[in-house]
Amino acid sequence: MTTSTAFPATSNITLTPSPDGGDSQLLEVSMGPQHPSTHGVFRMDVALDGERVVKLKPIFGYLHRNHEKIAEDETYLGSMPYTDRLDYFCSITNNWAYALAVETLAGIQVPERAEYLRIITGELTRLQNHACLVGFLMQDMGASGTPLMYAFREREKILDLFEALTGARMMCNYMRFGGCRVDLPAGWLQQAQQVVEAFPRFLDEYESLLVSNEILMARTQGVGVLSKELAINAGITGPMLRACGVNYDLRKVDKYGIYDRFSFRVPLGEHGDVYDRYMIRLLEMRESIKILEQAMRDLPEGPITDPKTKIRGFRPKPGEAYGRIEAPKGELGFYLISDGSPNPYRYRVRPPSLINLTVLEDMCLGQNVADVVIILGSVDIVMGEVDR
Amino acid sequence: MTLEPLKSEIEANVPGCRLEIVANPSPSAQHSLLIDSEHALAVAAYLHDAAHLCFDYCSNVTGIDWPAREISEKVKVKKLVDGPEGSAVEQEVEEVRKTQTIGHLEAVYHLYSMEKKHGPVILRMRTEDRADRVHLPSLTPIWRSADFQEREIFDLYGIVFDGHPDLRRILMWDGFVDHPMRRDYVEPDDYEYEPTAHDEVLRKAMQHHSETA
Repeated sequence: MTTSTAFPATSNITLTPSPDGGDSQLLEVSMGPQHPSTHGVFRMDVALDGERVVKLKPIFGYLHRNHEKIAEDETYLGSMPYTDRLDYFCSITNNWAYALAVETLAGIQVPERAEYLRIITGELTRLQNHACLVGFLMQDMGASGTPLMYAFREREKILDLFEALTGARMMCNYMRFGGCRVDLPAGWLQQAQQVVEAFPRFLDEYESLLVSNEILMARTQGVGVLSKELAINAGITGPMLRACGVNYDLRKVDKYGIYDRFSFRVPLGEHGDVYDRYMIRLLEMRESIKILEQAMRDLPEGPITDPKTKIRGFRPKPGEAYGRIEAPKGELGFYLISDGSPNPYRYRVRPPSLINLTVLEDMCLGQNVADVVIILGSVDIVMGEVDR
Repeated sequence: MTLEPLKSEIEANVPGCRLEIVANPSPSAQHSLLIDSEHALAVAAYLHDAAHLCFDYCSNVTGIDWPAREISEKVKVKKLVDGPEGSAVEQEVEEVRKTQTIGHLEAVYHLYSMEKKHGPVILRMRTEDRADRVHLPSLTPIWRSADFQEREIFDLYGIVFDGHPDLRRILMWDGFVDHPMRRDYVEPDDYEYEPTAHDEVLRKAMQHHSETA
């Protein structure tokens, strides 16, 4: 339990005066917005004492297009394809969070088959997001090319499945209020089962190549440490929170959809450093495979939407609702206020990657400038969601 | 979590605070607590620190704009009307009365507990108006997760959070003057349009070019 008057202390960083008597000058570096390590148009104002970071201020807004305002001028359904563009790696989980918020707002039930389809597509999304993230992280560390391409090869198989199902690789626009847009095409399930069956082999290979790699361990262990107390207080969610050892996974806590029917574990880290955040993603992929195997085995027949739900001319009764899910990057929430008209009066996205960046400075202080790149890489940000 | 017992508990522990339950008629039934800005920090600290509540996680912080509205209601009034042959007769007449509300900005906080795994409790704060009395206390000293989100509300809605450690614009650039998420925001006519053969964009472009030509 932390005190409420001050921020909890970060890792024990003390800035020592430089050896020549503390008379050194600080070097200010602007990292980004066009920088290969920033994963999009993102800028950090960094002040360096030698190689060490003494100040880091993130600067946002390069990709800001006021998503929320645009959605407030649009009908409820009209915003569904636009949510794809938030975190463009995980369009299906974005759709799901928005659909869940609208369903909470209007009290819509989802048929069982649609719930299973949501779980299958959602967990496939998590697989490809985490695979990419570990690939990008290796790339940031200088393992140029190969690990990222291995990850992309696996991701492409999942994107092929999405394309066969929804018509688009990344902008899937798959969910509807009270169900899903299309049912599985013939042979899709068998193909998906093959992909999921083959996935552990990729993970084994990836782990045997890299997990105990000496350079990887030297670069990541003890780097960018985030304390448990600070993580909770700063609202960090997702793999980054669990790497600090906090057991908080909305699939277990809220049990939204039908997650209570599946047995899976929540991997937890211990040190809260970059290595733990990297390992958490690898372990979560194994748990996602477990969920996928169970969901594909139990997938029932039936309708994928409630035929009585009105999709066009949809006007929920006045009121408000907050719906949240465990997206691959953390807690993705949508807060909606209806005034009874076809457009939401207020439409708010709670973006996990923006809020996970709150502690970027705390993690980077006292580290070397080269570590900033991998610390940022381990946060897992997508600027489409950060800037909205 | 039911709000009535929580409300009386907070009122007993934070002397002088004024709370009000804001009902939510939608099926989500997520009701919220309206807190007064004087005691907001004390209420938040109590929710955070009380061992059995332990709201250690502030998930979502957002602003809402409620502009001034005209409320018209029909009232029956007794009036003297001209009766037959010049006499005055009292009669009931229906009249439409219009009242103007001032409008306000609102900040909403969604609180959960990671330790106890319960929630949400929703807190709301309202400013006095939308023009210059737009100050609210910042809850960032209690929950650091409000840091960027309060900056975003300051940027897009113009609520000034007193006690925020670093209140600057976050998404718009520093030289920007207005607050684009407000309902009455008018986008400035300062861009180069790409006229398409139809629609709103073309209409704006024609208007723009006639003004600048």
